[in-house]
Amino acid sequence: MLEIRSINKRYGTRKVLTDVSFGVDGGRLTGFVGANGAGKTTTMRIILGVLSADSGTVLQDGVPLSSDDRRRFGYMPEERGLYPKMRVGEHLVYLARLHGLSPASARRNTAELLDRLGLGERTGDLVQSLSLGNQQRAQIAAALVHDPEFLVLDEPFSGLDPLAVEVVMSVLSGFAAQGAPVLFSSHQLDIVERLCDDVVIIADGEIRANGPREQLREQHSSPRFELRTAATAEWVRAVPGISVLDLSDGVAVFEAETDAASQAVLRQALDLGPVTSFSQQRPSLATIFKEVVQ
Amino acid sequence: MSTPRNDLAGTPHTDRAQVRPRYPAPSFARSVWLVATREIVARLRSKAFLVSTGILLLISIGSVVAGSIASQNQTLPKVAVVGAAAQIVEQTESFTTVKADDVATAEDLVRDGTVSAAVVPSTRADALLGVRVIALSSPPVGVLAALSVTPAVSVLEPTSRQSDGLVYLVSLGFGLVFFMSAITFGSTIAQSVVEEKQTRVVEILMTTIPVRALLGGKVVGNSIMAFGQIVAISSLVAIGMATTGQISLLGTVGPSILWFAVFFAFGFIMLAALFAATASMVSRQEDVGSATSPVLFLVMIPYFLVIFFNDNPTVLAIMSYIPFSAPVGMPMRIFLGTAAWWEPLLSLAILLASTAVVILLGSRIYSNSLLRMGARVTLRQALRG
Repeated sequence: MLEIRSINKRYGTRKVLTDVSFGVDGGRLTGFVGANGAGKTTTMRIILGVLSADSGTVLQDGVPLSSDDRRRFGYMPEERGLYPKMRVGEHLVYLARLHGLSPASARRNTAELLDRLGLGERTGDLVQSLSLGNQQRAQIAAALVHDPEFLVLDEPFSGLDPLAVEVVMSVLSGFAAQGAPVLFSSHQLDIVERLCDDVVIIADGEIRANGPREQLREQHSSPRFELRTAATAEWVRAVPGISVLDLSDGVAVFEAETDAASQAVLRQALDLGPVTSFSQQRPSLATIFKEVVQ
Repeated sequence: MSTPRNDLAGTPHTDRAQVRPRYPAPSFARSVWLVATREIVARLRSKAFLVSTGILLLISIGSVVAGSIASQNQTLPKVAVVGAAAQIVEQTESFTTVKADDVATAEDLVRDGTVSAAVVPSTRADALLGVRVIALSSPPVGVLAALSVTPAVSVLEPTSRQSDGLVYLVSLGFGLVFFMSAITFGSTIAQSVVEEKQTRVVEILMTTIPVRALLGGKVVGNSIMAFGQIVAISSLVAIGMATTGQISLLGTVGPSILWFAVFFAFGFIMLAALFAATASMVSRQEDVGSATSPVLFLVMIPYFLVIFFNDNPTVLAIMSYIPFSAPVGMPMRIFLGTAAWWEPLLSLAILLASTAVVILLGSRIYSNSLLRMGARVTLRQALRG
C-alpha cells in the first residue's frame, strides 16, 4: 500500500500540485487520469523521488519512502528514453544490475521478459534499430526487469499499436496479480475503464475524484434505467414518476423520480411479458471525467 | 498472463508481495563502477573513438621513428686527406675521408665541390698538428673546430640543462597531449551527459541510482579511457625511443613524463567534472559547444602559455601551481630541472583540493539541471536548485 499524502508543489510562482492525496493498493491497477498539464507527471516524479515536493509525504505501509525503497520501484517515464546505441538485451541487463541484481539473475530476467513481450528475437539488436512500437515494449521491459515492488508508468499505452496494447495490458495485470501496486497515467479513458480497479482523476493540480472504479460509477450515476422486453414498451410512458428519454421496439430508456417508480416499471414489465434486461445506466469514465474536471 | 482482475477488487494481496525476491541495492562504489564500465564499453564500440586513438598512436610512434631516422642519416662532411693527415682527421670521427694521392689532387677535389675541405700534411714549423687545411672560399669553421684543441670549461650559472630545441619539443608534446586528450574526452563526456538528458534515459537512471553515482561513473569511466590513452602514448614513445637507440633522450624526458601522467590523471578528473556539469545545463547536442566553451578556454590557455612561455621561468612557476595549468607547467619545470623536490608534491596537493571542490560544485550543478528540459539552465538556478 502506497499513500500519497498532502503533496504541494510549485514551480516559481505557478502552483502545480495542491494538497494531492490518494492511495495505491497492492494487487490492484490504479489509473491516473487527467488532461495535459494537470500534474500527473509531476506527481509521479515526486513519488519516485526525482523531484522533491514543497510539502507532503509519500508513505509505503505507513513509513516514509527512503531512496533504497525507491530503488525497488519500476518506472517508465512519459518521454521514452533508452540509450539508442546499446543492444536491447544488454541495456536491460545494465538497468537490472544498477538495481542490484547479480549478472546471472539480470540475464535471466531480461530473457524472460523479452520473450513475454515478444521481443525475444530482438535481444541483440540496437535500441535505435527497433520500430517505435518495439521501442515502447523495450521501455516497458526496462521498468520491469528488476522485479519491482511497485510500478509507476507514465502514459504506458501512448504510441502502442492495438496488439502491443493487449500485450502490455496483460503484463501489467499479471504484475498486479502478483500483489504489487501499479499506478499508471493515461489519456485513453477506454483503456483505463477496461483495465483499472481504481481510478484517480486530477485536474489543475487537484484530485477531483478518487476510488474504486465501480464505486465512482455508482456515485456519478443518474437515476437512469434501461429496460428490454420482448413486447412493446409503449406503456412505460404512462407509469407515474417516470419520464421516458428514448423508446424503440422493446427498449425503453427512462429516468425515475424515485426507486419505487423504477421498481414499479420492472414489476409491470414482468406482468406483460419476459424481461431480457433491466439495468441502471452507469456513466462511462469519460462522462465522469468530463463532469468532475469542470 | 490473463488474470481475473475484477475478482481481486477489495482483496489486497500484499502478503504475496513478500514472495518477490528482494535485491539489495548496490553500494555507491558498485553503482559508480557499473556506470563507468558502460561508458568504457560504449567508447570502445565507437568507431570514431577507435579511429582517432589509432591516428594519435600512429602520430606519436611516427614522430619517434622520424626523429631517429633523421639523426642516423646525418651525413658527415667529406674531407679530402693526403698521406699522414688521414690519421689525424680519422681520430676526430667527425668526417668522411676521401684519400687523395697528393696535394694537387686534393685541391682539385675542393675546387669541384666533392669535398668541403682538404687536410694535407704540413712541414711548416708553426703547424702544431703537422697539417694544413685547404678550403675553397673561406676558412671551414666545422673542420677547424673539430681539429682544434679546446680547454676545459666551467659554467657557473647554467640557464638550463636542456637544449632550446628539445625544450620546445617537450613543451609542445606535453601541451598538445594534454590539450588533445582533455578536449577529446571532455567533449565525449559532455555529449554523453546531453545524450542521456536528450533521450530521457536519465530519468530512469535517476530513479535507480544516486545522481552522484551517475556523475561519478561517467567521470571515472572517461578518465580511465583518457588516462589509458596517455599511458599507451607514453609507453609507445618510450619503447620507440629505446628500440631506436635514443636511450639518453629517454633518460632526460622520462621523469617528467611520469609526473605528467600523475598530474594529468587528477587534472582530467577535475576537467571531466566541469565538462559534465556545464553540459548538463543544456538539453540538445547542438548547445553542448556553447555550454562547455568556458571549460575549453581553461584547457586552451595552458596549452598556449606553455608553448609561448616555455623559456620564461616566472610564467612557468605560476603555471605549475594553478590547478588547470599544473598538469603541463609542473612536468615542464621538472624537465628543465628548475623545480625543487617538494614543489610537485605541493602543486599536486593544490590540484587534489581543487579537484574535490570542483566535484562538489559540479555534482550540485549536475543534479539540479538534469530534469530541466528545454531552455538552458542558468548557473544561478543550477547552483541554487
